[in-house]
Amino acid sequence: MKATRNVFRLFSLFAAPLLAFSTLTATGCGSSDASESDVVKLLNVSYDPTRELYKEFNEAFAEYWKKKTGQTVQIEMSHGGAGKQARAVVDGLPADVVTLALAYDIDAIGEKTGYIPADWQSRLPNNSSPYTSTIVFLVRKGNPKNIRDWDDLVREGITVVTPNPKTSGGARWNYLAAWAYAREKYGSEEAARDFVTRLFRQVPVLDSGARGSTNTFVQRGIGDVLLAWENEAFLAVNELGPDKFDIIVPSVSILAEPPVTVVDHWAKTHGTTEVAQEYLKYLYSPVGQRVVAKHYYRPVHPEHADPADMKRFPQVRLITIDEAFGGWQKAHAAHFADGGTFDQIYSP
Amino acid sequence: MAGTITLRKSAAGTPVRLATGESTAVRWLLIGISLTFLTLFLFLPLAAVFVEAFRKGVGAYLQSFNDPAAYAAIRLTLLVTAIALPLNLVFGLAASWAIGKFEFRGKQLLITLIDLPFAVSPVISGLIYVLLYGIHGWFGPWLAERGIQVIFAVPGIVLATIFVTFPFIAREVIPLMQEQGTEEEQAAITLGASGWQTFFRVTLPNVKWAVLYGVILCNARAMGEFGAVSVVSGHIRGKTNTMPLHVEILYNEYNFVAAFAVASLLALLALVTLVLKSLIEWRTRVQHDQEEPS
Repeated sequence: MKATRNVFRLFSLFAAPLLAFSTLTATGCGSSDASESDVVKLLNVSYDPTRELYKEFNEAFAEYWKKKTGQTVQIEMSHGGAGKQARAVVDGLPADVVTLALAYDIDAIGEKTGYIPADWQSRLPNNSSPYTSTIVFLVRKGNPKNIRDWDDLVREGITVVTPNPKTSGGARWNYLAAWAYAREKYGSEEAARDFVTRLFRQVPVLDSGARGSTNTFVQRGIGDVLLAWENEAFLAVNELGPDKFDIIVPSVSILAEPPVTVVDHWAKTHGTTEVAQEYLKYLYSPVGQRVVAKHYYRPVHPEHADPADMKRFPQVRLITIDEAFGGWQKAHAAHFADGGTFDQIYSP
Repeated sequence: MAGTITLRKSAAGTPVRLATGESTAVRWLLIGISLTFLTLFLFLPLAAVFVEAFRKGVGAYLQSFNDPAAYAAIRLTLLVTAIALPLNLVFGLAASWAIGKFEFRGKQLLITLIDLPFAVSPVISGLIYVLLYGIHGWFGPWLAERGIQVIFAVPGIVLATIFVTFPFIAREVIPLMQEQGTEEEQAAITLGASGWQTFFRVTLPNVKWAVLYGVILCNARAMGEFGAVSVVSGHIRGKTNTMPLHVEILYNEYNFVAAFAVASLLALLALVTLVLKSLIEWRTRVQHDQEEPS
């Protein structure tokens, strides 16, 4: 009897906290299960800088959907570098919708899994991009290194911060914007290659996503200039102090079209096809467009946005990926595939 | 008996300076270096976590926990730990019992295998589960047909945590069991005890402090694991983010107070772990000293 008591004492030492944990978790799960039937869940797998945008948009959509159908919709978010996020969906992350940084990543999901049909980009207006953006420079306040245009980035002694084009969609836009600029200015592919090679020699650290790069530049104080999404640059300036940073708009940049689509396979499996489609369509609605502009994305229907928000966007000449590189498939194969130009020019 | 007592007396009576032969300056220098190092690399970062967490006052600190996503992250961390810890306890005891008390071929191999998670980078620990249970992995299609989601869901996080933490308990208990040998167990069996009786009445009481020590270390690591969990999590806010992942997310959203507030919880856990660990070491020493005279 004594032995059993000892054993009991020994195990009660471990069991007490465990029991407490499991009760805690069990009650927690129980309360959320109760109202499961009239709640629909949607998983939106997105890229790095859209956190604030979708936080507000999800609330707006949930309200709209409740009013329209009486159904409560809970939107779950996952953020990260666009390439990494696409990889996760390929590996089985059950996204109902993907809202990524560039079309190639969605193409890749479709090709590798068959979850998205090949013509996905024609299912919604504007190449399935409800908002666009571009690449700008973020510099320290007062622009101490006098950075005005792309040429200044390759000057002696300038350090440039950009994420890794292998994992980040934003970084691929950065890279292609620089390439397009140099080719236009110096007139040949060789000159552009030379320019981008010199540019990446100035990069001390390659983060895996846009948000990581912004933190490197803003929080850790590394680098003279950050190549950033326009929305990310605005956010950094407004969130972390207008007295610390300036936005510099180069003479020419690239028209970034971050596309959205339903992942048919998972939406069908989860029975969420209709709400997923409506969710994405709502991005194009007046409410959606207003939220989009508020978070520094350029709306495709500027007439719905607050004019005050629209005034913040600087005028800049934008090159499209189709005219400069013949589309994402070609651009990816030439530059970012294994053994492509980026692999050839970049050595840490 | 008398001999031991004289020895102890002389050891206590002799000044340490003469015994080691080092000058005072050298001793102070060594202490100084260690303290500077500890302050710079351990104490300051830990203090920084709390300073940042309370930067905007206690109200803002507490407000950070009034967020469903933070609550979900804490709950998930506790759930994962509550599953991983008992399993590793059973595994650790079984493995150390086998290794400590029995002779068999391949024993060294088993010990090496138990150490594997220490040697493997946590990222790899996560990736192997993606390769096995990911939708295109070895078992992925079979699981998917049955609607079972392992990777990017709670089961994957549990698997990765178990993998990373399973050496902790076994590693603490094996050396002690080996050192204790099998005499007491043999005596118990000779007196007619069954296998279970021997285990619960003889073996387990002998190693209970080592087991507890292992459990505490295992618990700390299970709650704090980042790398392996990050790979299999999918980072769904409020659903598959554990506390360490939630800290990263908050930091990336420029929500520094909340990020450090959650981090301070993890730091507190580390401090509690340290206190418990010292307590157990002290208990073991007391027990050891009590046993010695007899």
